[in-house]
Amino acid sequence: MSDADCEKCEELLQGYLDRDLKPEEVQTAEGHLNGCEYCRRRYRFEAQLRRYIRTTASERMPAGLMAKLTELRGGTVDGI
Amino acid sequence: MSESGAADREDEDAGRRIANDARERVRFEEEALELADQVYRVARRMVGTREEAEELVQDTYARAFRSWKSFTPGTNMRAWLLRILTNLNTDRGRKIQRTPDQQPLEESDYYLANRLAAVEGEQALEQEQVVERLSQGGVVNALADLPHDFRDVVVLVDLGEFSYADAAQILDIPIGTVMSRLHRGRRILKQTLAEESLT
Repeated sequence: MSDADCEKCEELLQGYLDRDLKPEEVQTAEGHLNGCEYCRRRYRFEAQLRRYIRTTASERMPAGLMAKLTELRGGTVDGI
Repeated sequence: MSESGAADREDEDAGRRIANDARERVRFEEEALELADQVYRVARRMVGTREEAEELVQDTYARAFRSWKSFTPGTNMRAWLLRILTNLNTDRGRKIQRTPDQQPLEESDYYLANRLAAVEGEQALEQEQVVERLSQGGVVNALADLPHDFRDVVVLVDLGEFSYADAAQILDIPIGTVMSRLHRGRRILKQTLAEESLT
C-alpha cells in the first residue's frame, strides 16, 4: 500500500461518506479501505465524527415557540 | 334557466372554492408546524443566539403562512421553509462579511484524526467513543466560527441532512459551489476542533 493510495483514499473519503462517488470511485475507495488499517481507522473516525456533530450541535426547539408559531396561523388573509 | 339560478350557481362555486382553499390552507399550516422543530434545529446553528433563532423561525413562519399559495403541494416543504429562512437571514445584513475565497487554505481531510493520533496514539482511533474527546461546546463553537457561507452549507447538509441538490436550491447557488463550500467548511471545522480540543 503506497502513500499515494492513502492520499487518493483521503481524497475520496468525504464523497464516500456522502454516498456521492461514481461506482468506479467507490470500488477504489473500498478496495483501499479493505487493505489499509491506517485509512480504515480514519474512515471510522470520520463516520463517528459526522454522527457526533449532528447530535451534539442539534438543539431542540425551545418550549413556547410552538405556541407562538401557532398564533401566526391564518393571521393574515391572503386573497381569500 | 332564470338569471337568479345562474347567479346562485356562481355563488355556490365561489363558496366551494373558498371552502377548498380554507381546507388546503389548514393542511398546509399543519404540515408546516410539524416541521418546526427541524427548522429550528437548522436555524439555531445558522445564527449566534437562541433568541435570534426563535425570531428567525417566527419571521419564517409568518412569511410562509402569508405566502402559502406559492408552495407547490407534494414538493419538499422543509426545503421550502428553509429557503425562506435563509433569505430572511441574508436580509438581516450578513452580506458584508468576507467572502470565502479570502479564507486561508485549510488542512487536509485527515487533519483532526492525525492530530488525535499524534496526541493519543494511533490506537486511540480504534476506540468506540473517541470523538467524545471533543467537547460538545467545542463542536458548537467550531460551527459558529465558520465563515457564514461555509456554515450555511455544512449546517444544511450535515445537520439538516439535506442533499447537495436541496442545499443548492435553498441557498440559490450552483451545486458545485455547495460541494466546494461543504468540503472546505468541514476541513476548517476539523482544524478548529483540533486547535480547540487537542492543545
